[in-house]
Amino acid sequence: MSARASTTVRLKVRRGSGSDPSAARYDTFEVPHEDGMVVLNAIHYIQANIDPSLNARWNCKAGRCGSCSAEINGRPKLMCKTPVDSIEGEIVVEPMKAFPLVSDLVTDVTENWKVAAMMPPFTPRKPNSKEWRFWQQDVDRSREFRRCIECFLCQDVCHVVREHEAEYVGPRWVVKAASLDMHPMDSLNRADFMKNAAGLGYCNITKCCQEICPEHIVITDDAIIPEKERVVDRHYDPILWLYRLVTKDEEKLEAGVMKGLKMVFWGALLAPVVIVPMYYLIQALIR
Amino acid sequence: MWSSRKEWRRVERADRSYDEVTCDVLIVGAGGAGLRAAIASFDKGAKTLVVCKSLLGKAHTVMAEGGIAAALGNVDPKDSWQVHFSDTIVEGQYLSNWRMAEIFAKEAIERVFELEEYGALFDRTKEGKISQRAFGAHTYRRLCHIGDRTGLELIRTLQDQVIKRGVPFMDEVALTRVMKDPATGRASAALGVDIKSGKMVLFRLKAIILATGGCGRIYQVTSNSNESTGDGVAMAFAAGAELMDMEMIQFHPTGMIYPAGVRGMLVTEAVRGEGGILTNAAGERFMSKYDPRRMELSARDVVARAIYSEITAGRGTKSGAVYLDITHRGPEYIKKKLPSMYDQFLEFAGIDITKQKMEVAPTVHYQMGGVRVEPETGATSVKGMYAAGEVACGLHGANRLGGNSLSDILVFGRRTGEAAAAEVAGMGTPSVSQADVESEIDRVLAPFSVVGGTNPFFLREEIAENMWKHVGIIRNEEDLSAGLAEVERIRGEASRAMAVGERAYNESWLSCLQVTDMLLGCEAVIRSALERKESRGAHTRSDYPGKEDRWLVNIITIPKDGAIAHEMRPVPQMPPELAALIVKE
Repeated sequence: MSARASTTVRLKVRRGSGSDPSAARYDTFEVPHEDGMVVLNAIHYIQANIDPSLNARWNCKAGRCGSCSAEINGRPKLMCKTPVDSIEGEIVVEPMKAFPLVSDLVTDVTENWKVAAMMPPFTPRKPNSKEWRFWQQDVDRSREFRRCIECFLCQDVCHVVREHEAEYVGPRWVVKAASLDMHPMDSLNRADFMKNAAGLGYCNITKCCQEICPEHIVITDDAIIPEKERVVDRHYDPILWLYRLVTKDEEKLEAGVMKGLKMVFWGALLAPVVIVPMYYLIQALIR
Repeated sequence: MWSSRKEWRRVERADRSYDEVTCDVLIVGAGGAGLRAAIASFDKGAKTLVVCKSLLGKAHTVMAEGGIAAALGNVDPKDSWQVHFSDTIVEGQYLSNWRMAEIFAKEAIERVFELEEYGALFDRTKEGKISQRAFGAHTYRRLCHIGDRTGLELIRTLQDQVIKRGVPFMDEVALTRVMKDPATGRASAALGVDIKSGKMVLFRLKAIILATGGCGRIYQVTSNSNESTGDGVAMAFAAGAELMDMEMIQFHPTGMIYPAGVRGMLVTEAVRGEGGILTNAAGERFMSKYDPRRMELSARDVVARAIYSEITAGRGTKSGAVYLDITHRGPEYIKKKLPSMYDQFLEFAGIDITKQKMEVAPTVHYQMGGVRVEPETGATSVKGMYAAGEVACGLHGANRLGGNSLSDILVFGRRTGEAAAAEVAGMGTPSVSQADVESEIDRVLAPFSVVGGTNPFFLREEIAENMWKHVGIIRNEEDLSAGLAEVERIRGEASRAMAVGERAYNESWLSCLQVTDMLLGCEAVIRSALERKESRGAHTRSDYPGKEDRWLVNIITIPKDGAIAHEMRPVPQMPPELAALIVKE
């Protein structure tokens, strides 16, 4: 962080309304500098003292709710978590470009709820006991993805979402799938959903999302790539592919694999218990 | 799937038209209480609709950190609902409704297991059970937690359940008034503004559940979100509902103080729960003077007053705070158990809490008071109107225990949802007076016709400064009266509050409407604080420092001819079998 020479901060804010895209413009404001000031503080100063018609969405002002997403000097950021001192010179504040503009810095992110509704929900398997028991390390695997505050900055930075209008749900919803898939009690396999409806194949792992996540979720490495691997396992593994071609039945395949595993397990367990005493018994009988 | 373009129809500034939406049960607010109520009401078969002022999933519940209190006894097997009940009553300084506390302590346990089945992923014990941590004034380790982000997990889990069921919701809709059937006096409609388009919406309903949260934003230094402006309390009062114990505002002992931009931001009680130590500038562990037995884990009102006293006695740090130190727990433990606190201090203040002490001072956190409700159902004194969560009053008495609010919203969210759905089953649609609708539209649109008026954002700042200055942790008659006079002055200004710009997402317009609600909240808090001439729990009067049994009353705020009237009602007596459970301090 560099100390600011001047005692004011200069903000260039994009103004405009969704109903009249042609009227977009930039307004410049000078705001008195304060210790520890973040961009959202500057926006509030403008509203209370210079121009009350400036609109921005915000709620917690503590980096927890993910409402005040914007592009600051071209980078997707939370306004409440961006110190003005972290930026040299003029601070340019613009709304997220991936979403339809509502007013000034506010965009319409409701399309995300439609995607959320598509997601196969958490479906617990039958528990072993009335009270669920599992281990902290199983919790930890899913925990990273549960940090997501749904600021949708990853959606904003994703070039697939932003430029191609492709049928790809976007990084946020891959993180969501990962958080469910890695829940120790979840019983679903979301690979089909991720391959087809979610369009996971469109992601070409440019890792922009993981670079800008304000919660530092390692989106690409920890969520997208494992989810892609799940799709590959299910759809592109040659042996499974052959088996599927023959049986035309995926469920049976899984059941068959489980059965085989169980037999190996019981075999291994029974071997010393049954076979070894039998061996000695037979030996004794022969003698 | 994604397009950055959308056709918006522009709504003219003077446009009086409104869309009409019909439902059985309208739920206002999508925090924990609202979402849990929605699930309950929907599952009972009522035509349910959720409206909320912010985006879905951004409600203030998201900020809850430390955990959810329920007597599972996973860590301390001696714990039981009976002890939880006793803790809640004793620390509420005997103002709590005993029946609410009983229901709460019993049902909190089921609600936690239910939340787990909904998909919330709690931290585990070594045996693989839900882990529980210590918190202020809880006898046993009782807070089920998800690191220090319990609220986020709770709201996301409930949000998923709502989406999974397909419960209809409209986010970014601000309700302004609840209207009643002129014949029966039943809540029958509510007017709101669809914030994104600026269009008005009239909701026709058979029952309404207020789950709108608190009014923390009437204070300057607060941990509360922007939307915590007390609109639920104001709407209920305007519809004729009784309010209760409005003087009881909780100051959380530990808020951030530096830098100025983040002043008031919460430092979770979990820091103390995990062993954090409070010291003054001289390095003295001062809690030994105020509560030698429980030290840092004393009740919030005690710790908040202790910190405040240290600071005002000149034993604070240069920035007017005390130190909170967790460094002795080691970096690995801190990052695992308090990840958000670690990030928060590093990102906002440049402080590494694994190596440096935090500076903390009290911040406004919670309203224990609110709309008076029936303990079993959450019904208010207006027919067809319910309230749950922070907006409702009765459980927390004069001081809320940490972690009790998350179980509160689940227990009573569910109960109100079920009660409302049961009540409306088979009911015809109540009527609404068109004159009421028109006069409310007049009121809502008035800020657009003000020319050369006052800036509502500035008014919000004035309101918050006044409350912080005059109605703080330690109160007295003189300050309270000065605060009240200031509220009246600001109210005069507020009648000329001006909306500028277009109708779509117009924050200045919404602020004009919120300022009115906030002022009602301020007045209710101040007037109740003037009434209670003693010091109890969160309410401390320097001119009446003692706690007296004659004040074992709930102060009820009643609307009378558009003004505020008061009534004292003795706290209901609990039956002997429950009284026997109480373990006095």
